[in-house]
Formats: sequence, structure tokens, C-alpha cells
Amino acid sequence: MTVVDETQGPPRPTPVRIGGARGGPPLSTVLRRDRWRVQPTLTALGLLGFVGYTIWAGLRNGDFYAGNVGRDYLSPLYSPCLTHSCSTAGYVWGPLFGSWWRISPAWLILVFPGAFRTTCYYYRKAYYRSFWLSPPGCAVPDAGSTSPTSVRRRYTGETRFPLLLQNLHRYTWYVAVIFAGILTWDAIAAFRFPNGVGVAVGTLLFVVNAVFIWAYTLGCHACRHLCGGNLKKFSEAPVRHYFWKNISSKLNAHHQLFAWCSLFSIIVTDLYTWLVASGTIHDPRIF
Amino acid sequence: MSSEGAVAPATRPAGASAAPENVTLRLWRGDASGGAWVDYVIEYLGGEVVLDVVHRVQAEQAPDLAVRWNCKAGKCGSCSAEVNGKPRLMCMTRMSTLDLGEPITISPMRSNPVIRDLVTDVSFHFAVARRIPAFHPGPREADGTYRMAQVDVERVQEFRKCIECFLCQNVCHVIRDHEENKPAFAGPRFFARLAELEMHPLDTLDRRELISRELGVGLCNITKCCTEVCPEGIHITDNAIIPLKERVVDARYDPIAWLGRKIRRRPSPTPASVTAALSPAGASGEVISTDPAPRATP
Repeated sequence: MTVVDETQGPPRPTPVRIGGARGGPPLSTVLRRDRWRVQPTLTALGLLGFVGYTIWAGLRNGDFYAGNVGRDYLSPLYSPCLTHSCSTAGYVWGPLFGSWWRISPAWLILVFPGAFRTTCYYYRKAYYRSFWLSPPGCAVPDAGSTSPTSVRRRYTGETRFPLLLQNLHRYTWYVAVIFAGILTWDAIAAFRFPNGVGVAVGTLLFVVNAVFIWAYTLGCHACRHLCGGNLKKFSEAPVRHYFWKNISSKLNAHHQLFAWCSLFSIIVTDLYTWLVASGTIHDPRIF
Repeated sequence: MSSEGAVAPATRPAGASAAPENVTLRLWRGDASGGAWVDYVIEYLGGEVVLDVVHRVQAEQAPDLAVRWNCKAGKCGSCSAEVNGKPRLMCMTRMSTLDLGEPITISPMRSNPVIRDLVTDVSFHFAVARRIPAFHPGPREADGTYRMAQVDVERVQEFRKCIECFLCQNVCHVIRDHEENKPAFAGPRFFARLAELEMHPLDTLDRRELISRELGVGLCNITKCCTEVCPEGIHITDNAIIPLKERVVDARYDPIAWLGRKIRRRPSPTPASVTAALSPAGASGEVISTDPAPRATP
């Protein structure tokens, strides 16, 4: 570290020329030889697949609760279920929205985890690369950046509305913690059977889903910052340091993995609940 | 190209891989007025890194080839270039990891103005460095010393590994593809430096407004290319840039954090802008001008 010498004279400006001739071939030339298109393509397909499935599941508006076949399974895409249609389906939590609410209860809640994932630092990387193409790959030019007439010639990053709203990620995290708690309750409820406590295949899916949701939520960069990353001196807050170092930072190192695992576990759990509730398949009980 | 150097050609070491015999290095040759690719066919000796082969080309075929290098050990950060389009240290890129059946392209760092061949002008980065207010500790303790707990300083050690090769600055699309952002953007290397200062337990300056308004952390869209190319394995995005973004949120965008500061009446650290003059060049002592001349290579 350099300790500043306060006896130095006034600062001397040093002109620096930028905007000169760039090194190497034109920027529009991509020199990479590896298959750099594969990752953004797979990411785009995965995200589009999830969005497509979620829209279908939200529009389904039925068979989201398996109480009719003796299973206390509520689809994670419908939890917490807050409308009149939930009670008619047999779900025990009282409706906050009466029979006047005609559309799917999923649309009431999906906006919250949706906002959490949309502003998540990992997903930002994913869709900036895959959809914005900004950039589609490292050392690959931004889409439109090499064309003098492109509307995308100028780049402002996350400094302007609406991308400035990405700074509210921590508020979506606060809500995500509540949702993680609700999905944990759903996992516990999945152990409940008409004749007592038990475990079926669906129970395991709900537990795995809750574990992935917590791993993703607690490894969030905003969580990592709020639980201790914002401190100057860890030694003054040993509990926060423990959480920062041993839980949030370790989960954060695999944030991308848990982002995808939790995405797939939500789909699998919802699909399984739908198949069981609709009577398409039988949920085998383990004990 | 014909062999015209006084240096005797290197010989193949015993036990080196036999094939292929020759490789083609496609080097960018030129200066600010323009340039072109030039192919050099040279024997591959096995067990070499790219810089070894470039040096043999320089010794045997192109003595006027400009290439910057120093330690040949991945610690000085001098031999940064783009090998097959990927920003890398030539001294740390093994030839055996490349497809030797095709020409290997080696071009200068494309974010910087070219001086000649593989050598670029990196003065922009040092100008940014001078805009950052330096470490500014509080008063010493009664015995005239500073004390820090190990747990408080170990987090910033990661950033001290930086060798300033500027590969992260080169690959960052904010300035690589948008030259006009250079005056308003520090770049990944300097966000790591700022994170090191902001997280240091003895530092007393608050650089968050500077980081947000003058050094442009909001321009970063965290696509992690800087982390991917870092030869030291520094997690620049996760451990420096995102924590800085969150600290800026604390200072500028989070009403609950603002309310918490008001209620608890915590003393605020000194804003960097107030003490910028303490820095050798000051936060505003640098002049960065944009060359109006059009780029030779668009």
C-alpha cells in the first residue's frame, strides 16, 4: 500500500490519447476458433424453455394441488395459493382473493420470484450474453457495435432506465427469502398424508426443490453483501463473518449451478404435482 | 519469410513430441497507419509456449518484429496479446493446447492503440490508475503503529495478485467495443483496485460516489469476461465489481440503508472527492482526451 505523501506538489495532468488506431485487425473480425456460440445458444434455449413452461403452467389454472389424491402437494408455481380457486381445489390456506379473481392464481405470485431472477447477477450475465448479445462471447463484438449506423452503436450499460432498476435486486431478495420459507413449508407439508406422516416420491422432489431454492437464495450476491460483505472489519462482527465466509460465499461460488438446478427443480416439481393431481400417474409411497 | 537472423536456430529437445514438424504463426504486423497478417512457418520443437515460438520467429525470420515481454513466467504481465482471438499471456499459453494444424493467429490487444506489431499503448490504464485516490489510513494508534486483524485483511489479498497485464481491460466490451466510454469507465483491473481499497480495514475514504459517477461501475453489465481471462484467477466480477455495485447501491439507491444510517447516526467515511487532492494526481488531475482522428481499424 502506498501511503500518500502530503508534501508532494500539485498534481500534474498527463495527457493520454485514446481513440487512436486500434491494435490488430478490424473489431468486426471474430478470431476465436472455439465454439463460442454454443454456450449463449444453450443458455437462450434453457431460459426460453423455462419461460415457455412457466407460461403454460400459469395458464393451466388447474391440477396444481394434489389433495384430491391424498397428497399435500402444492405446485411451487402456485405457492402461496391465495385465491378462491385454491380452496375449491382443497388447499387449506384461506383465500385472500375471492371468486371475483378469475385468472390463474399463479400470476399473483410469479412476478416476485420472476423479479428476483431477472435482476439476479448470474441471470443478468446469461441474458445479456444470450439475448442482448452484449457481448455474445468474450472478445466477440457487441451486436451492432461495429456498424456506424446501428442504434446499438452507443452503450450505456446499467446506467439508464430501465436497467438502472437492476440496483433494486436486494429488495427482490428480501421477498425471495419469504418465498423460500413458503416453499420450505410446502416441503414439510409434503410429508403429511391422510393416515399420518410418510414419504413418497413427490415428497423427495419437494425437499430437493426447497434445498435448491435455499442454496440459490443464500448464495445470492445481494445476500452475500448484506450478511457481511459490506463490512470493513470482519473482526467486529464474527457472526456475520461466519455466515459470509462459510455459507453465503461458498454457495455463491456455485451460484450459476444452483440457479439452473433450482430452475429445473421447480419445473420438475410442478410437472410431477400436475401429473399426480390430474391422475395421470400414481405417486408411489416409499414408507 | 527467409531466415536472416544471426541467432542459431534452436534444436528440438530430446523426447519432445515428434509431430507436427512445422507450425504457421500468423502475426499481425503493422502500426497506427495500418497493418496486415503475415505468416511465418517455423519448426515446432515441442514443449514450447507461444512466446518461445514468437521469439524464434523474431530471431530467425523477422528481427524487426516488435513484441513486449519480460519475465516469461506469467508474473510481469508484459506479453499480453490475443492468441487465436482469445486474450492471453503468450508466455503462459502452451503450444500443445492449440490446434497446430491451422495457422495460429497472434494479434495485439485490440482495446489499445497500436504502437507497432504486437506492442500497444497502455497509457490509458495508467491514467485511470492515477485517478483513483490512494490508500488513506486514519490516525496511528498511541504506540505509533497500525494494527489489523488477519481476518480483516485476508479478503483483499486476492486483489494483490494482479500483475497488471490488462487482459481484463482488453476484453471488457464496455471499452473494447465502445471507445467513447473510456473517459467515464475505470475498467475491471481498477475496480479490483478500488475494491481492495474500499475493503481495506484501515482505509478511511469513501470512494462510492466516485466509483458510481466518475469511474462508471454502472456501465459494467457483469458478463464476467474479465474473470475468464485473468491469468491470476482473480474473481474480478464476483469479488470486486459486484461488491462495489452493492456498495454503490448502499450509498445511492437503497432507502432502507439511508434510513439506517440516519437512525443509527453512524459517522460517514470521508468522501473521496474531498480528499482527492491527497492523491498524487488527484481524482480530477488527469487529462484524458479523445483523439478526433478516425480509427484506422473500425
